[in-house]
Amino acid sequence: MNSQAPIMSEQDTPSVGQPYTRNEQACHDLSIRVRDLSLWYGKNQALKNLNIDLFQKNVTALIGPSGCGKSTFLRCLNRMNDLIPSVRTEGLVEMDGHDVNAVKMDEVALRRRVGMVFQKPNPFPKSIFENVAYAPRMHDMVSRKAEQDELVEKALRDAGLWEEVKDKLQEPGTSLSGGQQQRLCIARAIAVQPDVILMDEPTSALDPISTATIEDLMDRLKEKFTIVTVTHNMQQAARVADYTAFFHLGEIIEYNDTKVMFSTPAKKKTEDYISGRYG
Amino acid sequence: MSHSFDDISQQLKRRHRKSARLKWISMGALGLAGLFLLLFFADMLNKGLPAFQQAYVNTEINYTEEAARDARQAIPDDLVAIVSRTEIRSIPLQMRNNENLLGTSEQRWLLVNGEVDQYLKGNRNSLSEEERTAIDERVESGQVELAFNRTFFTEGDSKTSERAGILAAVVGTVMTMIVTLAISFPIGVMTAVYLEEFAPDNRITQAIEININNLAAIPSILFGLLGLAIFINFFGVPRSSPLAGGMTLALMTLPVIIISTRAALRSVPDSIRHAAFGVGCSRWQVVRDHVLPLAMPGIMTGSIIGLAQAMGETAPLIIVGMVAFIPDVGASFTEAATVMPAQIFTWAGEPEAAFVEKTAGGILVLLAVLISLNAFAVLLRKKFERRW
Repeated sequence: MNSQAPIMSEQDTPSVGQPYTRNEQACHDLSIRVRDLSLWYGKNQALKNLNIDLFQKNVTALIGPSGCGKSTFLRCLNRMNDLIPSVRTEGLVEMDGHDVNAVKMDEVALRRRVGMVFQKPNPFPKSIFENVAYAPRMHDMVSRKAEQDELVEKALRDAGLWEEVKDKLQEPGTSLSGGQQQRLCIARAIAVQPDVILMDEPTSALDPISTATIEDLMDRLKEKFTIVTVTHNMQQAARVADYTAFFHLGEIIEYNDTKVMFSTPAKKKTEDYISGRYG
Repeated sequence: MSHSFDDISQQLKRRHRKSARLKWISMGALGLAGLFLLLFFADMLNKGLPAFQQAYVNTEINYTEEAARDARQAIPDDLVAIVSRTEIRSIPLQMRNNENLLGTSEQRWLLVNGEVDQYLKGNRNSLSEEERTAIDERVESGQVELAFNRTFFTEGDSKTSERAGILAAVVGTVMTMIVTLAISFPIGVMTAVYLEEFAPDNRITQAIEININNLAAIPSILFGLLGLAIFINFFGVPRSSPLAGGMTLALMTLPVIIISTRAALRSVPDSIRHAAFGVGCSRWQVVRDHVLPLAMPGIMTGSIIGLAQAMGETAPLIIVGMVAFIPDVGASFTEAATVMPAQIFTWAGEPEAAFVEKTAGGILVLLAVLISLNAFAVLLRKKFERRW
């Protein structure tokens, strides 16, 4: 396949922004397919006919100016928008051949497969151990104490936090530093072994060193998980993302392989944004 | 045009004077409130503390055959006018209960009647001059003395002031509060949880919300009428019982608990809910495992304050018949009982001077209980308060 040729999904041809592949191996399996997704807050349309394919075991970054709908879109993927009473959505968000907005789709089941990390670190006001162990126990993933300990250790290791906290697992999660708290939240999300992890500006509340740690972590986590991250930081998108989608006023202007997008953007708007002319 | 410092400070002087005046007025208001509180407490302590003391007389009791028929024969003639009538009346009863007493005699401290007691405390009384000197002599010889009033804490109400105690009312209050708490706490908390965490925001829930806020402002006597009509007349709950009173007070406490619980739930940051939803909690799991534990101190504080309010309530209990003469300490939730404020109300209506100090003494006990409840609420809040 030509490295500049777009990959099209078999069923249909989205109107904008098919991603280009970087190389042959990067032609990945589909994780989430979004077609004609629109969303309204009351009478205000926040997302307009979005079409995008998200690929497995990749980092996809969503960039764009404030209020462009990237966080709203992210929350569509695990139906967190359901918590806002005035929200109405239309269109298809498909995962594993299932419409996640279908009536018979249980949002609890969905959120078990699509975990989330929030902008501000929000560990439960419980011990570090409990923060990680709570969800697996709730989902009946562990039956014995030893299993639980093992799972907690594994999740904390995967989140790169184990060495720092192994001697103080019973201390409150809120006693950690901001960057550690965010990694604890990541450990909490991966403890239930989801397929997808959504990250809503995970480093915007952190210092540069903690940010770098989280970015390294994302790089390692994509071997196991599909990561979709919202970021305000263009350099971050360029550093961590395999694919990048540029949002503007509720539309996806361009979606492409990150390297291609940052070197040769196809649209004028994208170029203006990534070169810092607005946003 | 620029202003010199002189111009500006000239103008500022007026503004500073104004704020100084306002500060003095508000401090004056605080001082006045404090003064009233101080006066109130001083007056209550002054009137009420003597109630915790009682005059006793040391006398010989002869359990003779005549005494079994006429109790006054059991004690020396010159003491009959001093010893409390209830003490004298109980002698034949004691003899009937314990046949071994017949023919024996003993030396004991007995309650002195109310008039003598009041004379010893320097209060208004109806004793004649000779009686007073006679008693003074006995005090001199140590036969009559003031001591700690145990009876006040171990007996129920009585028609004779020296025998009247607050225990029946305290036990009645405890039983009534158990009923109130058992009904209003679960219903109130679950209502608040539903309204705050589950209910959609629509006309119906808004109407419910407004009505709950209105309920908190309804005069308490109306709750008494409701209790009388619904619980006693319709459901046949025994009147004057802690059950009837507790259910009535539960109605009154419900809005307080609902409102404070909602405030406590609202103060739990949404980031905690999002975190819980994010790991796949169902709505109920979010509430049970994350929101309720964090809101608990607030809920407890609100409930204790609501309970303290109910504890001081008298009006609705008048209607359900809990303001009554209750000499015996209650043993069940369906027997007639009284509560502390109702007991105070009953005593306040007695004409004898000795009951004035009982009234004040009762108020002191009630205040002590209420203050310790509120202090407990504050402690609870401090202990479980968490930072995020």
